[in-house]
Amino acid sequence: MSTETVDKPVKKESEAFFSKRRKKIVTDPLNDDNPITIQVLGICSALAVTTQMKPTMVMSIAVIFVIVFSNLIISLLRKLIPNRVRIIVQLAVIATLVTLVNEVLQAFAYDMYKELSVFVGLIITNCIIMGRLEAFALANKPYDSILDGLGSGLGYAWIILAVAFFRELFGSGAIFGFEVLKAIGFSADGWVGMDYQANGIMVTPVGAFFILGLIIWVQRNKTGYVEN
Amino acid sequence: MRQSNYYVILFSVILTVVLGGLLAATSEGLGPIQKKSIELDTKKQILGAVLEVTSEMDVIETYNKAIKSEVTDYEGNIVSENEKGEPIVAEDVNVEKQYKKAPEERLYPVFKYYGKDGGEEIESYILPVYGSGLWDNIWGYIALDTEGKTIKGAVFAHAGETPGLGARITEDKVQARFEGKELYNDQGELVSVKMLKGENNPPGKLDEHHVDGMSGATITGNGLNDMLKNYFKYYQSYFNKKGTTASL
Repeated sequence: MSTETVDKPVKKESEAFFSKRRKKIVTDPLNDDNPITIQVLGICSALAVTTQMKPTMVMSIAVIFVIVFSNLIISLLRKLIPNRVRIIVQLAVIATLVTLVNEVLQAFAYDMYKELSVFVGLIITNCIIMGRLEAFALANKPYDSILDGLGSGLGYAWIILAVAFFRELFGSGAIFGFEVLKAIGFSADGWVGMDYQANGIMVTPVGAFFILGLIIWVQRNKTGYVEN
Repeated sequence: MRQSNYYVILFSVILTVVLGGLLAATSEGLGPIQKKSIELDTKKQILGAVLEVTSEMDVIETYNKAIKSEVTDYEGNIVSENEKGEPIVAEDVNVEKQYKKAPEERLYPVFKYYGKDGGEEIESYILPVYGSGLWDNIWGYIALDTEGKTIKGAVFAHAGETPGLGARITEDKVQARFEGKELYNDQGELVSVKMLKGENNPPGKLDEHHVDGMSGATITGNGLNDMLKNYFKYYQSYFNKKGTTASL
């Protein structure tokens, strides 16, 4: 990611390429200001796509792509966008990027496209993205906006991947479609002597709530975050 | 200046043109690749009605060996060319477009399955079906035995049914419920196969014309029932002409 941004920070402020402030932009949303667990945004897709690792991975990449590039575009245009229509402009940019992702999936990963189709479209309404555009990209320089988008995207991605990990493991006994539990002995001829009984609730959205709740609990216990 | 109406309109117009152009270009550029993916997916679905399609399988090759197709009209006559004298290929018949016409005017593709490695005899007839679910269209492929009376397999797909509820028609478990079901009753009348309301119905309710439903997806189930009943009727004369169905 260094290629496209080389000339930007050197302009006048000559701030270090990875200054402390910039590092914070990326790392803050991973934990202390996580979009899902702290800001509680983007919950809808976190519940919907996380039954398996593979679609979740694709969804994460799609969201990171959309959030980074919409942040970049809005930041580049920030001095040109008329204030009165800024929300529509943001939406148009996001919708265009999402449609691009959808078209690419349809061409190169048709099965994924079928599985995710509705949810890829719903990235448009993912509050994380609109939130970052409104709160950050409109007022900050392009490079910082890319970092901010990357941070929020990764913060979203690791949470839904964690949720998907547990849901697929307990819901289908597998990770990325590979039946791990069977491989470590949960089968008729393994040491357990019986097949793993899939936990049906993990496959339903309710399971995602449980996992998400547990993650939030652990995280807030560690960071000491309290809602005011 | 940035707030004047003139500027806002100009900005919006430019933005729309740029973004619109970008999308149009992508759509044009990726169009042929998308078409190929869709074709592959359709063939996968057709084959899926009679055999298990694995990821290692060469779908196109198997399809070419195992399937021969023809197109019939509402009366059961084989249609091989259109009014302009151009040949009609079953694979190119867009079932969705046909669905918008009146049933009597539609073209009905029939896919004849000759066994996995392409034998001499037809093993089953695979028929495309199309209808509406709760939110959007649903479709599928039904494999019937050589007499057109018993379901040998079914695949369903949907455009926008609710995940976990109506979207479950794509699950193998749900599709397997249709295997072995009968379309005609003892009197030789077409009764089709119905999906019941609710799940885990007592075995007494599940006879050769009824399959277990999907809980929380009654409307999708009803749409599925209508779709099956309609299309079994539309294809009835095709099988009648073949002289294989019970004559009414």
